[in-house]
Amino acid sequence: MLALSDFLILSALLFSISIAGIFLNRKNVLILLMCIELLLLAVNINFIAFSYYLGDTAGQVFVFFVLTVAAAEAAIGLAILVVLFRSRRSINVEDLDALKG
Amino acid sequence: MLLFAATMVVTRRNPVQSALFLVLTFFCTSAIWLLLEAEFLAITLVLVYVGAVMVLFLFVIMMLDVDVAAMRAGFVRYLPIGLLVAIAMVVQLVMVVGPQRFGLDKVAAPIRHAADYSNTEELGQLLYTVYMYPFEIAAFILLIAIVAAISLTLRRRKGVRHQDISKQVRVKRDDRVRLVSMQAEERDD
Repeated sequence: MLALSDFLILSALLFSISIAGIFLNRKNVLILLMCIELLLLAVNINFIAFSYYLGDTAGQVFVFFVLTVAAAEAAIGLAILVVLFRSRRSINVEDLDALKG
Repeated sequence: MLLFAATMVVTRRNPVQSALFLVLTFFCTSAIWLLLEAEFLAITLVLVYVGAVMVLFLFVIMMLDVDVAAMRAGFVRYLPIGLLVAIAMVVQLVMVVGPQRFGLDKVAAPIRHAADYSNTEELGQLLYTVYMYPFEIAAFILLIAIVAAISLTLRRRKGVRHQDISKQVRVKRDDRVRLVSMQAEERDD
């Protein structure tokens, strides 16, 4: 039988992998967005595991809302990315220094 | 499997491969959610994420013609610090959520629900009663996302002939009709 800690450790590993991904792919905004999706996924696994083991459906409702917000965020992020690519011909993070002081 | 796919997402050279591995990650997670008896959310994850968000990602990747080689510069440079942070985080999180705090002896596994139990029904009951107001806010957030995404990416091309409906409606008689007064002419025959 799987314990709650097994799911929590799995989710912690997933979270750390995506944090490492954010560090490794500092150039590519696309992969940064994907890493953020992975982070949210890890958090959602935590929510659902707790919701199951504590017998409280509120956790699942919260996951539902997180999914909604994540979808909205991905859509807006990709739209910004497309506009960015049109104006700069690049999605490299290091080219985005127009606001530097 | 899930962890392998997630690792592939962050280490693949090609963003298309990366996105496809992300799809695999979502499928594995959905299976885990099925184990945890969150059937509705597992199906939603597959439909919404694999069906919509990942297609959006792939579409954008294909549309933006990205110079992959330039993107990978600095990968090796950041590898040590990335791994260091990840390992430190794993150690700390496992110390917090490890078996001595959340093991089976601390949190007993719940009894499995009967076969006629409907996760969707229970979630719906809760969503449409207790969480009605947040539910409406979520719907509104999605609406805002649609409007924002469309208005960001909409562009008007110069030099394309198209109808301007509001101009057509607002036009007055005087703009189009010109009365010319002229002398009457005699008949020839």
